[in-house]
Amino acid sequence: MTIDSPGTNTESMAMSADTAGVAGVTRSRTTTILGAVVLAGAALWLFLAFGATDPDVRIVDGNEIGQFDAVRLMYVHVPAAITAYLAFFVTSVGSAMVLFKKSVWWDLVAGSSAEIGAVSAALALITGSIWGKPIWNTWWEWGDVRLLTTLVLFMMSLGYLAVRRLEGTAEERAKRSAIVGLLLIFNVILVNRSVEWWADSTIHQQSTIADAKIEDLKAFTLYYSILLGAAAYAWMLIHRFRLAWLERQYDRFGIDDAIVRRRAEGHTHSEGISS
Amino acid sequence: MTLFEEIALIAGKDLRIEGRSKVALNQIAPFALLVIVLFGFALDADRVALQTFAPGLYWMTVLLASILAVHRSVAVEAGEGAREGLLLSGLRPASVYLGKVVALVAQLLIVAIVLLGGVLIFYSASISDPVLLVTSLLGAVLGVGAAGTLYGALLGSQRARETVLPILLLPVLAPVLIAATRAFGDAMGTTTSDGWQWTQLLYAFAAIYCAFGVLSHGVLMEEN
Amino acid sequence: MTHVPYLIAGWGISLVVIALYAASVMRRSKRLAALVPVDRRRWMTGGDADVIGES
Repeated sequence: MTIDSPGTNTESMAMSADTAGVAGVTRSRTTTILGAVVLAGAALWLFLAFGATDPDVRIVDGNEIGQFDAVRLMYVHVPAAITAYLAFFVTSVGSAMVLFKKSVWWDLVAGSSAEIGAVSAALALITGSIWGKPIWNTWWEWGDVRLLTTLVLFMMSLGYLAVRRLEGTAEERAKRSAIVGLLLIFNVILVNRSVEWWADSTIHQQSTIADAKIEDLKAFTLYYSILLGAAAYAWMLIHRFRLAWLERQYDRFGIDDAIVRRRAEGHTHSEGISS
Repeated sequence: MTLFEEIALIAGKDLRIEGRSKVALNQIAPFALLVIVLFGFALDADRVALQTFAPGLYWMTVLLASILAVHRSVAVEAGEGAREGLLLSGLRPASVYLGKVVALVAQLLIVAIVLLGGVLIFYSASISDPVLLVTSLLGAVLGVGAAGTLYGALLGSQRARETVLPILLLPVLAPVLIAATRAFGDAMGTTTSDGWQWTQLLYAFAAIYCAFGVLSHGVLMEEN
Repeated sequence: MTHVPYLIAGWGISLVVIALYAASVMRRSKRLAALVPVDRRRWMTGGDADVIGES
């Protein structure tokens, strides 16, 4: 990098002074369009979830049974859970690509995806718990396999994110986290198998959609919310990837960049005195 | 040197260090016994409860002790020039990994046996199927040793190792805790589950982690 | 409508958490972008190595 070129100087000066210019730094045309689609989709999502769909009520032997309005929690719980699993799957794939192809791009994608996955998994657990209180009459159900698997996966993702933050060169950190990230998927399978065996049976809603227990519009809303979750995930992932890129730049060149900025300041300062 | 000679060399080195320092015997095993006693206080010395939950409390204690043992196993390599020495020795990464696993498993076995005496005495646990007990114990300790060595090597001499290792390792060991508890429940006659099936799961877990450790240790050795 | 407190809690927490997370990504980006020269702020134009270990 040439320190004395006037272009660099003015750029550095503008950079330190103007923070408004960096506000939308992770934005691009793609994310603007995608973001607009997601936000418009979210409006329809809210309308479907609260306006268009009916509560879940069935009449059996003259008695009203079902989840009533608590079913509306499913339109946020199910997409959160599926997005979490999608995100961790991407992390594992990305980790494999880091190990086999040494790809910087996949390293950043894997880390970004895991962070979004951890947020989604936390939301899936929280909303599931809130739904479970009125429907299963408990905040936490130890007999449920998917619940326990998701919880352990969430814990594992915290471990993965902790490993990503460890010190070391970019290369060391990438390889270390790639091994942990690749193991995520195998760990999940092992935990799922063992918990399923352990709990013997599950009380989780067994694919309510497939049984056609849910009528058309509710099923559509559920599928739609899953799709919206995937779109929102893609949107977040692009932004988070660009942040991960900035983090990498800062880690690698942060000190050099600071020196360049500092020299540029001194340069203009001394010029000011001499003139 | 054959693979087995190399493994024996590394395992022998770690066990010789243990033989001189006696960290597992004089520090980790007493810690584990202490936890067993404290569980007794926490559960209000309820004889029936302690007897019923002896398998679970036992394995929870083994996992806690294994965290310490993994730290110790990594710390041995963190000494001055130890890593360079290992790299210069020209030993295959796979045999270094397996040697570390063997040494860790041997130390965990010491702790596990001391603890077994602990639960027999303090929790009045009784053994109805000794063969199942020993087989499942060995499988579980192999799994803990394989996963522990892998994640321990991953963290290396990181300053944050002490805090990151538990959150990394314990969720991974959840299947071992479940399977070993069930197998011990059968062997101690507190549950009616089929302990041999759970023992199979323990050996499958150990095999998967050994395979991963062997494959990834080369990458880890050249880096950390 | 039944289960109103549960619906408010579940949806409310979800929307707030998503909004807070998005805000944190934006805030972190803004802070870091001020420290990285314009020509290296994006992967496409950053000129960094694509393979780990080469720079």
